[in-house]
Amino acid sequence: MSATTASEFKTITINMGPQHPSTHGVLRLIIELDGETVVSLKPVMGYLHTGMEKIMEAKSYTKSLTVTDRMDYLSPLGNNMAYVGAVERIMGLTLPERAQILRVILLELTRISSHLVWLGTHAIDLGAMSVFLYCFREREKLLDVNDMVAGSRMTPSYFRVGGFFLDVPDTFAPYVKKFVEEFPSSIDEYHNLLTKNRIWMKRTIGVGTITAEQAVALSVTGPTLRGSGLSYDVRKAMPYCGYETYQFDVPLGKNGDVYDRYLCRMAEMRQSLNIVRQGLDRLKPGPVRADNPYLFPARREDVKHGMEELIFHFKIMSEGFRPPVGDSYFSIESPKGELGFYVASDGEPLPYRVRVRPPSFINLQALEAMCVGRMVADVVACIGSIDIVLGEVDR
Amino acid sequence: MGLEELVPDGILTTTVEKMVNWARRSSIWPATFGLACCAIEMMATSASRYDLARFGAEVFRASPRQADLMIVAGRVSKKMAPVLKRIYDQMPEPKWVISMGACASCGGEFKDYAIVQGVDTVVPVDVYVPGCPPRPEALIYGIMKLQEKIDRMKLKGDHPAPDMVVETPPPTGSTAGSGQTTPMSGVLPPNLGPA
Repeated sequence: MSATTASEFKTITINMGPQHPSTHGVLRLIIELDGETVVSLKPVMGYLHTGMEKIMEAKSYTKSLTVTDRMDYLSPLGNNMAYVGAVERIMGLTLPERAQILRVILLELTRISSHLVWLGTHAIDLGAMSVFLYCFREREKLLDVNDMVAGSRMTPSYFRVGGFFLDVPDTFAPYVKKFVEEFPSSIDEYHNLLTKNRIWMKRTIGVGTITAEQAVALSVTGPTLRGSGLSYDVRKAMPYCGYETYQFDVPLGKNGDVYDRYLCRMAEMRQSLNIVRQGLDRLKPGPVRADNPYLFPARREDVKHGMEELIFHFKIMSEGFRPPVGDSYFSIESPKGELGFYVASDGEPLPYRVRVRPPSFINLQALEAMCVGRMVADVVACIGSIDIVLGEVDR
Repeated sequence: MGLEELVPDGILTTTVEKMVNWARRSSIWPATFGLACCAIEMMATSASRYDLARFGAEVFRASPRQADLMIVAGRVSKKMAPVLKRIYDQMPEPKWVISMGACASCGGEFKDYAIVQGVDTVVPVDVYVPGCPPRPEALIYGIMKLQEKIDRMKLKGDHPAPDMVVETPPPTGSTAGSGQTTPMSGVLPPNLGPA
């Protein structure tokens, strides 16, 4: 028997997904293997394609907001912010200070809750089941915040064009303050479970490495980029909601492997807490709606007594508001990376076109660079470390 | 205070049917079939606060061959529908389906070219859980309803279990007073019955 095998028998192609517990949704991977080593890897997407961008063209600006919640469903308020920010930019609105601060607080809490799901599922993929239970223990507290302000745990649709429909209840600030005090000890707990865990280190250190040059060439953003040591954070580069006035660091990794990305996200949670703490200190009573009479319905008492208000109420509820003709792009630092919304308005109550720059979709193309040449078991670690959400990849 | 104190002789008389139904409903093994937002709430249901293990349904199996409940958690796209059907076909009998959330039940918010308008067009659904996404309490209630349904199953004859009989109140008013009874009365509510 000859020592060399014919090349057509050398590799085997396997199919992973779309129903697989470690693909974080309905991602399908076509993996070519040489023994157990990955030769090539091709993601197949579209199993959760919802046609969201198209649907938004048929909904008023306020109703479109509810669609954005279901895009990256781990950070619904982040999506709200990017969409609302784009519309506000077309309309040239300035927000009152309280609205800006509340947005920052809620966005950072959402970042923490998104990272908690990432940590829990990433750990399950690598065989650490109990971390998931610890993470969801804290996440429930954050979902309670959504429940408190918007009446929904996961799809709050709380941000509106021009601020908020209603202010947060009085219980909000004490509850968040209590959470901010308690949460650092929980992060310590996660570190105790994983950071120096021998199995965890073996599964993650040196796995899925991408260099900074590769990351830039692949347009990767978010913690996936910062794990390779490049400091790019939209909150610092193109500040929104007054992020430039907050003191916080951008955690960076060195080696660009799964472990560094893990450390980055863990450090980000602490930084988010830091921002929330600063926001709570600044929070003063005040209006939460922009000074524009066409965005929100009239007060209920006025609707009951005034004809003009009643007509306006009917108009805004049935038709919505009309931004001026124009288009804009607005991007935020979502927990996954740079999330951008491009909104074009033709002056009608429905958006003319909405286009999303989804960080998960673009980060996903780094997967092949991470996996090729490594074992098939490392594919699972790499998927977890990119932190993709298929709702956003497929839209 | 264990079972042996309640049953000192160690003998219980029951029917095989009750026994089997009790065993089936007390250990429902769901397949991990997360699609979208609802999947995260499904995970929350099995996690710390809601603890689905209290109802015996916490063993999420990665393989459909080991599962007997499919919780369709999220919107089903037209590309995903054949995959879903295939996974359902791979599950061994008896099997049940819970349609979790508005999207799986009827397409929900997304009435467009991409989303299947209700997963019951692909697989038979036993319990629909409304919500967008349903809260974990709602999913637990759906699983309890499924347990009630399993309790009514017959060993011989018709599987799946007969659907819950909705008892309509006897017709009152004109139909009853006039003394005319038609085959339709009693099926339709009085305002829709024949004049």
